Amino acid sequence: MAITTRVVQRPEPGQTSYLRATLKGMALTLRHMLKSKTVTRQYPEEQTELHPRWRGTHVMEVHADGRPKCVACGLCPTVCPANCIRLVGGEDDKGNRYPIVYEIDEFRCIFCGMCQEVCPVEAIHVGRDFENAEYTRDRFVYDLDRLMKQDHPSTLLWDPADPAGE
Amino acid sequence: MDLSPITGVPLLVATSLKIAIMFGVVMLTVAYTTLAERRVSAFIQDRHGPNRVGPFGLLQPIADGLKNLVKEEALPGAASKSYFMLGPMLAMGPALVTFAVVPFAAPLPTQWGVIDMIIADVPIGILYILALGSLGVYGIVIGGWASNNKYAFLGALRASAQMVSYEVALGLSLIVVLMMAGNVTLTGIVWQQQQLGFWFAFPLSLGFILFVVSAFAETNRLPFDMPEAESELITGFHTEYSAMKFSMFFIAEYAHMLTASALMATLFWGGWDLPGSWDDAYWYRGELIRGFDESGATIAAAPAVWKTLLTFAAFALKTAFFLFLYIWIRWTVPRFRYDQVMQLGWKIMLPTALAYLMVVAGTILVLDQVEVSGFSFGLTLTGVSVICTVAFVFFLDRGRIIGGAASPSKPGPVVLEPTPGGQGMIAGEGATVGD
Repeated sequence: MAITTRVVQRPEPGQTSYLRATLKGMALTLRHMLKSKTVTRQYPEEQTELHPRWRGTHVMEVHADGRPKCVACGLCPTVCPANCIRLVGGEDDKGNRYPIVYEIDEFRCIFCGMCQEVCPVEAIHVGRDFENAEYTRDRFVYDLDRLMKQDHPSTLLWDPADPAGE
Repeated sequence: MDLSPITGVPLLVATSLKIAIMFGVVMLTVAYTTLAERRVSAFIQDRHGPNRVGPFGLLQPIADGLKNLVKEEALPGAASKSYFMLGPMLAMGPALVTFAVVPFAAPLPTQWGVIDMIIADVPIGILYILALGSLGVYGIVIGGWASNNKYAFLGALRASAQMVSYEVALGLSLIVVLMMAGNVTLTGIVWQQQQLGFWFAFPLSLGFILFVVSAFAETNRLPFDMPEAESELITGFHTEYSAMKFSMFFIAEYAHMLTASALMATLFWGGWDLPGSWDDAYWYRGELIRGFDESGATIAAAPAVWKTLLTFAAFALKTAFFLFLYIWIRWTVPRFRYDQVMQLGWKIMLPTALAYLMVVAGTILVLDQVEVSGFSFGLTLTGVSVICTVAFVFFLDRGRIIGGAASPSKPGPVVLEPTPGGQGMIAGEGATVGD
């Protein structure tokens, strides 16, 4: 990187003009005041448009009869880097596996989306939602019922054939 | 209708009502000026400003007031307790009472007599405002000293120094008004502007400019907010204050602003006067007159309720404009350096005010000698003042009223050019110097 010196010539005090600069400044501020170009988003009223691959609060997909699609294979708690998924699997009399306990701690979760990627039956998803504020900490542990009731759209997985997501 | 001044019990009732109403109006205006300040600054900076509490944020001042009332107060351990408490009170009290002598509308006729739309038409008028307005700085000095904090103390010192410097120019710029009016009551000054047919801002234009600049300095507003100077002194004199005590300083600042704006409107823009002589009214030897006819006989005024309301609206509009000017300038002009403030005060404002005083006095004397009066009197003085103003602006602007920040004969700030001889120049080996 070349190092160069440059001498900035500032106007002499006798060459400066305070009043004119002030009037120019006042004209500028008045113009901005009358024609304000605000870029602030008025959040609760104006919602943010989330990207289709935004990873937020989880969603558990359900069958038509209301059962969770999860087969309690145990892949998501295994792959989870934050170790925030607790899964206790069970088996009904027909030999179908289902989750007895399925809890996600949204506080521990880093929203990497690997649970969704690894799920063989496309049951657990990260979703397009970020408004999950609560008044108490224990409310952030989402149980199976609550995960099934989430109604926001789930995140689009990355498609190697369409890397830009178009 | 009875055109005699109101007396007795109705006078007592009317005065009490006027005090209560004007106190409410002043406090409300102060509260909403704080909101206007935040909203206007937001618009100027392309933001929204407070718009959550109520429609357009209109209930924000009430929310702020409630918050400040219930907030915990911090009392510094090393502070002088009684003076620490006295500071905000001493700042707020004078700021609120100065409004008492400002006439805000044409007299109101009622069945009990004519009510003057001024709380107290005291004969010392403007002297009362000068005396009490200067008292406000005691609150700042006492508060800053009692805080036992270096920044607060520096702020207080600056406040007093600034007040002393600009009080002189303020007083001198007022003398030209008093010479024109021949009266120190504000009602008399408004009346003289009505009689002359000119609002004093025209025949005394340089006086108006000097008054506005000094009033900005007196109210400690940018570009003269030396006592606060956030970037240098935290917040200056009220560094240690919190909750309602801070709020009282805040109210005092805005009340001073309101009074100064009302004074600019009254002294130089006719107060509640509207163009034309239909609304003129003045107590002359016990009777309410509108003017004099050619033979010198009085013409009785015709006060009316709608005239009172209309003139009040005019007064409110003028005052609101100057309040806006305060806010507008605050969010445009950066703060002066301390020595610049002192230099402007003592080396420019004071001599200019003195010289202008002499010019106006001489002009009035000459015009009186050649017996010019009325409209041509105002016109001549306007011409003289315009010449003075142009000369002042020319001098203040260092030789060029409409010239750029850099002179055309010398090049402006240098644009960085590519290094001659390509890259690889290292300082020490031979750095290039652009020109």
